[in-house]
Amino acid sequence: MNKTPAIELRHITKRFGQIVANKNVSLTVYNHEILSILGENGSGKTTLMNMISGIYHPDEGDIMIEGKPASIHSPRDAYRYKIGMIHQHFKLVDVFSAAENIVLGIEEGKYDLKAATKVIRETCDKYGFEIDLSKKIYQMSVSEKQTVEIVKTLYRGADILILDEPTAVLTPQEIRKLFAVLRRMRDDGKAIIIITHKLGEVLEISDRVSVLRKGEYIGTIDTKDANESILTEMMVGQKISLNIERTEPKNVEKRLVLTNVSVNSVDGRAILKNVNFTAYAGEILGIAGISGSGQKELLESIAGLQQLKSGSIIYHNPATGQEEDLRDKSPLQIKNLGVRLSFVPEDRLGMGLVGSMSIIDNMMLRSYREGKSAFVRRKEPHDLADRIIEDLQVVTPDAQTPVRKLSGGNVQKVLVGREIAASPTVLMVAYPVRGLDINSSYLIYNLLTEQKENGVAVVFVGEDLDVLTELCDRILVISGGRITGIVDGRSTSKEEIGLLMTKAGRHHNEEGKEGNDEETV
Amino acid sequence: MKKPSEKAVHEQLVQISKRANLPAWQSWLIRILAVLASLVVCAVIIVLFTGDNPFAIYATMFKGAVGTSRRIWSLLQGVAMLLCVSLAVTPAFKMRFWNIGAEGQVLMGGLATASCMILFGNSMPPALLLLLVIAASIVAGAIWAVIPAIFKAIWNTNETLFTLMMNYIAMQIVSYFTYIWSVPKGSGKIGVINAASQAGWLPTIGKYNYLLNILIVAALTIGIYIYLRYSKHGYEIAVVGESENTAKYIGINVKKVIIRTMILSGALCGVAGLLLVAGTDHTITRDTAGGRGFTAIMVSWLAKFNPLYMVVTAFLLVFMQKGATEISTVFGLNDSFSDIITGIIIFFIIGSEFFINYTLKFRSRKGAEAK
Repeated sequence: MNKTPAIELRHITKRFGQIVANKNVSLTVYNHEILSILGENGSGKTTLMNMISGIYHPDEGDIMIEGKPASIHSPRDAYRYKIGMIHQHFKLVDVFSAAENIVLGIEEGKYDLKAATKVIRETCDKYGFEIDLSKKIYQMSVSEKQTVEIVKTLYRGADILILDEPTAVLTPQEIRKLFAVLRRMRDDGKAIIIITHKLGEVLEISDRVSVLRKGEYIGTIDTKDANESILTEMMVGQKISLNIERTEPKNVEKRLVLTNVSVNSVDGRAILKNVNFTAYAGEILGIAGISGSGQKELLESIAGLQQLKSGSIIYHNPATGQEEDLRDKSPLQIKNLGVRLSFVPEDRLGMGLVGSMSIIDNMMLRSYREGKSAFVRRKEPHDLADRIIEDLQVVTPDAQTPVRKLSGGNVQKVLVGREIAASPTVLMVAYPVRGLDINSSYLIYNLLTEQKENGVAVVFVGEDLDVLTELCDRILVISGGRITGIVDGRSTSKEEIGLLMTKAGRHHNEEGKEGNDEETV
Repeated sequence: MKKPSEKAVHEQLVQISKRANLPAWQSWLIRILAVLASLVVCAVIIVLFTGDNPFAIYATMFKGAVGTSRRIWSLLQGVAMLLCVSLAVTPAFKMRFWNIGAEGQVLMGGLATASCMILFGNSMPPALLLLLVIAASIVAGAIWAVIPAIFKAIWNTNETLFTLMMNYIAMQIVSYFTYIWSVPKGSGKIGVINAASQAGWLPTIGKYNYLLNILIVAALTIGIYIYLRYSKHGYEIAVVGESENTAKYIGINVKKVIIRTMILSGALCGVAGLLLVAGTDHTITRDTAGGRGFTAIMVSWLAKFNPLYMVVTAFLLVFMQKGATEISTVFGLNDSFSDIITGIIIFFIIGSEFFINYTLKFRSRKGAEAK
């Protein structure tokens, strides 16, 4: 195969205010290859790719395409250079069909959906995409939506495809399908760039790997010469061990029992359907599932933020030995019952924290009511903030800094730190390492294990199946609001969980509502 | 590397990017420069359209605002009244409850004051009447504010439209009563109430008519500052305003906070009505609030909802208003001309916030390559 450079980046630098997102990055992508851009969260991968796809513009340096400097000021410009990017968050119109979305925004020629559909069909067949072009986006699974995005960029003539964390939302089976398609596109001569932080995938799919660390270009190696420890060292800058210590659960006792919990959305759609499970003190219960399968509502139901349609949530209080039903109680009522429930929600700045407030005032969220005075005391929250900053190595100028100004990882440390400081008996965490660097992620895993050893019932909603199977004692799999299985974390496999994630209990659904949902496995 | 083909390469001339934190003195420098720049622009416009000497006009403006001790008192009184309404809207705005009904709330407070003075002026001991007047004004303002708050809390109605409409209702009610109680009958003007007995009038301190008003507002300023910054209520207001989801997550009763805060906001508007009617005009008209309910929004916003900064912004606005009125009379210019000048100056002040938060970078291809 003859490899010619598709894009060459020369000394690219991009700053946002004081922050240098990319510093003097130079790298080359060839046709007929898949290049992985590997780096931790915040290392500047996405920023770099956004400059190629016309969302940002470099402060310094050149982007060379076919040996000439290219000036890319908008995604439209990028398409002129045959560059297409598939973002992490899909940009599709929900009420349009796949075909309509694909042709949307193309100006040349007249609008002829039939002719376009034929062309799209050919593209799909060529690379092996399985897609129903007349299906509406809102009826699609995440993986189908991603397929539409990829086909859309191909239809627009892209020869250089950039995929930003394409596997983050997919099951192992879907990932395998995606990789097969990517390989076919590569063999057809396309240049493909994948942004990722998952080492396993890098080794599986790419031909070469370029590593970024804190905005700086570290180097590029051929995948055949790489292994996980080499790549980690390049990424983090030091050797670290990637092992999660999973201790045997001790003093296991019932803490939280959910029976027949059903929740409807505001518009009456069933979001949780007859959920039954028990969370035990002294264990980590993982919750796996495609995002949006009801995980958020499940945790919010327990925290008193969702109206239950039916069912009960019984809390076994270890201090009094009493049982309390948390159903139809507000968060404050739950707290006043003596239930020590800590909750790290998925939406950190929109729910767990107040972005414009200082770290101190965010600490106060949990404790400001204490005392009879009409005024707040900032001394204890200040001490707590200082302690968390030190213990969890939060990078911040001081405790007065608004949390919005911190990086994602540090925001998460502040939130997790506060919730653990409340010495909970139940600790619920949703995607606690999303956006975190490797070291911080392992810090959080260890904190969770520590809580479990202290007799806390830990409920962990995660997306990385590798982590779930390494960290959790039991894993509950949720799909379409139903529990499709509870498996043992030590004996299960990623494939088993992946199958359960898409099973959706559709074979035995009572309402028959989802009859038109196709089996995606 | 420079090829002719590069001509096709177009460059963005200006890039806008967010600034890192600017030291306080620099941001104030930008604001002061903005005011100076606005004066220059105004000068150009003055010369172009009137031919008058801009410096003479500025001098007149200055004299108009603070030229005599009577004018200084009038200026301070104006600042106090505007500040009072601004303080009233601030808790609601901090909660992101867009209370643009302060105008109506002030009017209702004023109307309650006037009614008590008219109805009980001759039948009640003065001290008791004064207490009644104070209580009635506060309650009336609070009621006018709590109605939209209840609708918002329970049915999530749009508070902006609701409070705005409440203004018109308040104005019509005041019109009705000014007609009913007008002296002489049918004139549509109430005139000074209880001119002889001064029943229900707020007392004056010595010979300074406005001093009590000013002191009350000064105390309120400090009170609201402390309330918002150090009280549990103030903390809850901030949390609800920033994120209702966070408020629910930590167990704040959002409905209760909305209603409670609007009662406070309306009560303070009622106080403004009291000060205007019982402490200043001793009568009521449809124009008693004088648009302060709307100007207050700007005062509060420009000061980023900080009551201490609001003293400065209120002063600035009233100063310009007084000065601009003066130049209209002295130079025989149309009234609108003072509005134009005030408008330009405010535009620059608001615009300066952009330069405080963002920086512009001019870049040229050559510059980048020469490096």
